[in-house]
Amino acid sequence: MTKPAAPTAEPFTTVIGLEVHVQLQTKTKLFCGCSTTFGAPPNTQVCPVCLGLPGSLPVMNREAFSLAIKAALALECRIAPFTKWDRKNYFYPDLPKGYQISQFDLPFSSDGWLEVVDPKGAFSRKVGVIRVHLEEDAGKSMHDEAAGTADTRIDLNRAGTPLCEIVSQPDLRSPQEARAWLNELKLLLVYLGVSDCNMQEGSLRVDANVNLHIPRPDGSLAKTPIVEIKNMNSFRSVERALAYETARQYDEWQATGAELGTTPKQTRGWDDPAGVTRAQRHKEESSDYRYFPDPDLVPVTVSEEQIAAAKALMGTPPTVLRTTLAEKWKISAYDADVLVNQGRELVGYFEDVATRVGEGKVASNWLQQDVLRTLNERGETIDEFPIRPDALADLIRRVQNGDFDTSRGREIFAEVLTSGRSVADVVASLGIAAVGQDELIALCKELIAANPKIVADVQGGKEQAAAGLIGQAKKKNPNVNPAKVRQMCVDLIKALELPTRTPEA
Amino acid sequence: MTLARKDVAKVAMLARLALSDAEIDTMTGELSKIVGFVSLLEEIDTAAVAPLAHPLDTQNAFRDDVPAASLTTAEALQSAPRHDGECFLVPAVLGESGAA
Ligand SMILES: [Zn+2]
Repeated sequence: MTKPAAPTAEPFTTVIGLEVHVQLQTKTKLFCGCSTTFGAPPNTQVCPVCLGLPGSLPVMNREAFSLAIKAALALECRIAPFTKWDRKNYFYPDLPKGYQISQFDLPFSSDGWLEVVDPKGAFSRKVGVIRVHLEEDAGKSMHDEAAGTADTRIDLNRAGTPLCEIVSQPDLRSPQEARAWLNELKLLLVYLGVSDCNMQEGSLRVDANVNLHIPRPDGSLAKTPIVEIKNMNSFRSVERALAYETARQYDEWQATGAELGTTPKQTRGWDDPAGVTRAQRHKEESSDYRYFPDPDLVPVTVSEEQIAAAKALMGTPPTVLRTTLAEKWKISAYDADVLVNQGRELVGYFEDVATRVGEGKVASNWLQQDVLRTLNERGETIDEFPIRPDALADLIRRVQNGDFDTSRGREIFAEVLTSGRSVADVVASLGIAAVGQDELIALCKELIAANPKIVADVQGGKEQAAAGLIGQAKKKNPNVNPAKVRQMCVDLIKALELPTRTPEA
Repeated sequence: MTLARKDVAKVAMLARLALSDAEIDTMTGELSKIVGFVSLLEEIDTAAVAPLAHPLDTQNAFRDDVPAASLTTAEALQSAPRHDGECFLVPAVLGESGAA
């Protein structure tokens, strides 16, 4: 996609806040020992607790709580010394107890932030995080719309799965920023092992709140009614839905002048194939959930010592890694950003290769130009990639030694990939033997003898004329290194006795 | 402290209780008495008392993240009014999940 040279300034400010639910990477549910493995047959991971059967009692999963603390700390939140769980009451068939165990007035963390910096410098935004709290998921309703009045089927495998709800301040100012921030959030949570953030499997879900602030000629500000957008199943959908909704709200404001406070908050669903948002039923007011403390769960306290211990075990977040990687391997901030954004495994692969070849820049180039492209084409992750760091490092070292040039190196890379053989094997079988020094000298002498015009040019001070010999050298021996041929020819020509200058006829 | 009829009607709706007009009248009187009784507590000065989150003096009850046996699907479904052997069946639900 091409970026417009000068984006048209919009006559308003877009105000976006996000509400993100991520599934915590635990083996079992939040309040019972049922498995959280995705994809099991319906209602095979359920027990009296998550089915909400009478007499059952929930007990908090320690790992879920510590992963939630990790997420909150990574988002620079304040951890509450005292936290409790509340019942959020509503009726829905996928909610067997008739209430969701969530957190209302005393969430375990609040007041954080996460910054997103566009590597190309288009924007940089520090986005406040209002709160992060821990709650349970509902089950899944399946309805065949085509069947009309058929029953809805309920699978409760997902009921009781631990979720972190992350609520941002309305600090984002464009659909692009919202998407970039979500990418950064996902990267952070995946790096720290908090969640796999797989949207296809429902491990990450996003709702967006958006409205516009439109300056009036008198200097006052018109604010359009806030709309909550749901049903977005990818970050790309979030960006598209917000772009659509922004334009829609501006049109509506121009047509009706409707402002914030004159209508109840509206919920709209994103219809991805149609590329539009559509109005949904109005949300019940927050107070109608009749939150009250869950008497089945005792409160949790967190000490300063526990917070310090959790921080110590947190691991390196991507923001820090970008800087350390750039400094340690002397690569640009942009390159470090590209590598880090591919995930922890790719960074590990990069560092392995860079250590073996003793240089970051060349390893980063090979990763970005060859490895990443190949991974994309093959739909593989770096862990599945058949060329392991030792093999790639072997190949790079041979290029560095001048055994062959980079383009020849690429051919070998492709051959190693398809054949599964070692670099040494492929080099031998392709007849790519390193060109020896004697062989190189002989070849260059031959070229010099055959090209008096170029020789004269070089002698006349035009060293770049020697480039004209490279094509001929490659014809004679495809394994020669162009840079070496050029240098050798220049050296040899300079070493020739200067011919006695005779006045030209 | 008195409740209005419309307060009672709203609470009944949220609890999915189908009350007749006569029942709403009765409930409005009875609930008003209960709320009035509890509101006696407002006469006490609680400025120096920390809010009570839980009547038990226990905190930090956790279990380890270790899988335990679930029910079989047949066991899970056995008390359901209707099921198809795999899933619970409920009247058609259209629109958004209420989960938030
Ligand atoms: Zn369970």
